[in-house]
Amino acid sequence: MATIVVEVMLKPEILDPQGQAVASALPRLGFNFAKAVRQGKRFEIEIDGEPTPAQIAQVEDAAHKLLSNPVIETYVIKVEK
Amino acid sequence: MAFRIGVVTFPGSLDDFDAARAVEMAGGTAGPLFHASDDLKEVDAVVLPGGFSYGDYLRCGAIARFAPIMESIIVAAEHGFPVLGICNGFQVLCESHLLPGALTRNQGLHFLCRDQKLKIENTKTIWTSGFTEGQEIVIPLKNGEGSFQCDDETLDMLESQGRVIARYVDFDPNGSRNLIAGITNARGNVVGLMPHPEHAIESLTGPSEDGLIFFTSALQQLVGR
Amino acid sequence: MKLDTVANATANPDTPQPWVELGLKEDEYARIKSILGRRPTASELAMYSVMWSEHCSYKSSKVHLKQFGEKAPKSDALLVGIGENAGVVDIGQNYAVTFKVESHNHPSFVEPYQGAATGVGGIVRDILTMGARPIAVMDPLRFGLADAPDTRRVLPGIVAGVGGYGNCLGLPNIGGEIVFDETYAGNPLVNALCVGVMKHEDIKLAKAHGAGNLVVLFGAKTGGDGIGGVSVLASETFNEAKPTKRPSVQVGDPFAEKVLIECCLEIFKADLVVGIQDLGGAGLSCATSELASAGSGGMEIQLDKVPLRDPSLSPEEILMSESQERMCAIVEPSKVKQFLAICKKWDVTATVIGEVTSGERLHISFNGELIVDVPPRTVAHDGPVYNRPIEKPAYIAERQAVTINIPMPTSSTEVKAAILKLIAAPNIADKSWVTSQYDKYVQGNSVLAQPEDSGMIRIDAETNLGVAVSTDANARWSYLDPYEGVKLALAESMRNIATTGAKPLAVTNCLNFGSPEDPGVMWQFAETVRGLADACLELGLPVTGGNVSFYNQTGSVAILPTPVIGVLGVIQDVRKRTKMGFEKAGQDIYLIGAVDSNMSGSEWAYLHGEIGNHAPKSDLAMEARLVELLLEGQPIFESAHDVSNGGLAATLAESALKNNIGAKVELENVAVALFSETPGRVVVSINESSTNSIIALAGKYQIPVTKIGMTGGSELIINETHISLTELSKAHTETFPKLSG
Repeated sequence: MATIVVEVMLKPEILDPQGQAVASALPRLGFNFAKAVRQGKRFEIEIDGEPTPAQIAQVEDAAHKLLSNPVIETYVIKVEK
Repeated sequence: MAFRIGVVTFPGSLDDFDAARAVEMAGGTAGPLFHASDDLKEVDAVVLPGGFSYGDYLRCGAIARFAPIMESIIVAAEHGFPVLGICNGFQVLCESHLLPGALTRNQGLHFLCRDQKLKIENTKTIWTSGFTEGQEIVIPLKNGEGSFQCDDETLDMLESQGRVIARYVDFDPNGSRNLIAGITNARGNVVGLMPHPEHAIESLTGPSEDGLIFFTSALQQLVGR
Repeated sequence: MKLDTVANATANPDTPQPWVELGLKEDEYARIKSILGRRPTASELAMYSVMWSEHCSYKSSKVHLKQFGEKAPKSDALLVGIGENAGVVDIGQNYAVTFKVESHNHPSFVEPYQGAATGVGGIVRDILTMGARPIAVMDPLRFGLADAPDTRRVLPGIVAGVGGYGNCLGLPNIGGEIVFDETYAGNPLVNALCVGVMKHEDIKLAKAHGAGNLVVLFGAKTGGDGIGGVSVLASETFNEAKPTKRPSVQVGDPFAEKVLIECCLEIFKADLVVGIQDLGGAGLSCATSELASAGSGGMEIQLDKVPLRDPSLSPEEILMSESQERMCAIVEPSKVKQFLAICKKWDVTATVIGEVTSGERLHISFNGELIVDVPPRTVAHDGPVYNRPIEKPAYIAERQAVTINIPMPTSSTEVKAAILKLIAAPNIADKSWVTSQYDKYVQGNSVLAQPEDSGMIRIDAETNLGVAVSTDANARWSYLDPYEGVKLALAESMRNIATTGAKPLAVTNCLNFGSPEDPGVMWQFAETVRGLADACLELGLPVTGGNVSFYNQTGSVAILPTPVIGVLGVIQDVRKRTKMGFEKAGQDIYLIGAVDSNMSGSEWAYLHGEIGNHAPKSDLAMEARLVELLLEGQPIFESAHDVSNGGLAATLAESALKNNIGAKVELENVAVALFSETPGRVVVSINESSTNSIIALAGKYQIPVTKIGMTGGSELIINETHISLTELSKAHTETFPKLSG
């Protein structure tokens, strides 16, 4: 069994209010390490066996059509065991 | 002299004005409290109002929980100070661990605003003493993340100790476990409620006047203290 | 890249410039050069191109819109008229109310959630800019066919965006419309209305007066949002092939706007601003040039002081950025400290970026180098004015020659089936799947909200003074006859105010049309403006402002001409408002107004694929008398509900279903009586003891009233047709959940 992970992030140029809110809360709690914070989404898709190139292509298609909004988001696909 | 009930304004609080109006209409004096100060200004009780504190980014109530005013409220609540958290206030109370469980995304995945029927099941808390047990009321429900969730152990504990104060009746609006709409802490001074009693205090603008009883209950209990 | 300074532009007059890509026409570019006496710098070109776009300059509509001024009725109620961010109306007791509706159509097609959300955000800032606390929003929405794939893509996102932003701001959503028609496929209409209230002395204007006063930019930091959004997105039809480096989508942060609202209201209360302007379309280009040209004229801006979210932005991009949740204020130097302290309290970034000067030019510098040197009026107000060709389209004559032929039910089985079909149709069906995603309770002053005839908000809890707002459009009638269509929309909106017991006071509008380069569309537009101006003059209602949205078309197919008309009314005692639902059993039901057999533009005809031939002729004198009748009769009306889309059948069903109280009704010529949408009609219920009063009102206002039945029971009975309320409710409420499923 393997897990195909799709991570969706807002494109760098798109405003990320969620990330901003976290970035400004951190110093209030004494955490001063963050220059900026951006928040994204992670999808874990479980499949049987090793993923085939065809399956990855399908996930790619799904990531483009459903999991992300290409107008404002980008995604990366990884395979985890 | 009328008792003073503080209403906290976090950045993004929306129903603070309405909660203050409900306090006044119930015969109390509303005292505005600002998130950035830890001064409770000698109020006799506190309402954490609805809204989207800090935009409700990250998790609902997660950032508000660390506001200076909350540090004071948490300490006071642990010593029996009356606190009512409505909607976002309930979320803040859960994030503060003054109440168990968490509020998650509605099962229908939409924000939902409706007139909701509730059954009051615990009339021993400071905020519900004016109701009769089993009384059915209708007050507005309006939220996107109102589904009460907790583990089985916590659920058993809440049920066996009678700490569910109100349950949804006739319609399941959000998939909460055991249709839980509100709970209390063991002592009965801290109550969290997802629907909005402060929007049911006059029939002109709300579905009923049932909500007022939460506020009159607290004011009456304060007399006896 | 080298900075294109004024000195550089003078020294290198022949540098080629991308004026075509920026949407400027050759003569427009030539005019800029003649105004400046040289070629514009890159920043100047950006400013002119965006401010001279259709969206900002109203270049195609200006020549028509001036009728609203020329034909303006005398009105003591109007405190601030057209030209400011929003008009302001006196409602008595020293309260002033401002309201306005704007379109955010194209952005909502591209990114439904953010497009709709930032539409709400923009109109709320317009209202805030007047010095008012925003108190309610409404959203008239239009989509392609309900089951079309693109509708299923855009509708959930748009509804969630309207709710997501408005709910988070704490503004009750109290009304609006949801209409489906195939011409909106690929071009949904998202119009957003906001109402605000203030005391007379708190009205603020967008003016930069007083040399030495400081220009303060506050709110969100500036990013690359929607660069070119105004000139590209809103002015020309889409060009999918062209990728942009910068996002053309603006992302809204409702939390930032909520904090900005509270911050502004505290600043207003402390009387700290001379003038104020929000940053919407065209961002800083618009705000600086409008503030300066409405004031004494001179202003100096140091653009490098603008706080940036994205440090790679070039000066021209900073000028064009449409980052949301920003405001620009003119503040006296002695008050700046206090101003900045309030911003700090609310965690709002605020920066002094320049000052008002005694000169007549807008100077903008970047790191000490002059990059803009223009007369601000030439940017903000002296844009091109087009007298676009107008031609009555051929379809009008073709339509008028058509004989309308739709099946009309006769037997009781047919009547029952027809009613159930009608009330389940997406345009008539219960919309609570949508409206339950909006918070209608917040602020605790919502007296009436959807699906009532108008939304109503209590303004003063002591005196119970309130306002009512309604928006209406009948695009099918506007298609058949744009002059009459808009008059009928205004009449309907006014009637919806009066049925609740409020007195109509002022008008706003959002005129959604196809391409102005199509002479037929331009004719529709011209006729609409003429009709609205004539109607407002006749009814004595001032137009307080409005918005024009052109280029609403997919390929060569324009949307139906859709003038959305908003009317604001005032009610002295909100406790006396009348609701739409039958209140109790055993009350007499009256139809006020007379029916005729014209089915053109009706929902029943539409359900049979017909639009008909002639729109009804409006009778505004009668409509005005009807309003008087409704206001005088208000104490005896137990319920009142307008007859409009879906005819009497829809009205009766809605009044019965509201409180689950049935009715028994007798009608002659039952099909026409039920499904004709003859304007100027209202259904009321009264106690039998009020019979003489309603007959007296009918006589006094010369409007027929007919007793058609009685409330009660658990069925809607029309002649021999029986429909249980359970069955009626099922048909009415099932449509939307099914469509979304």
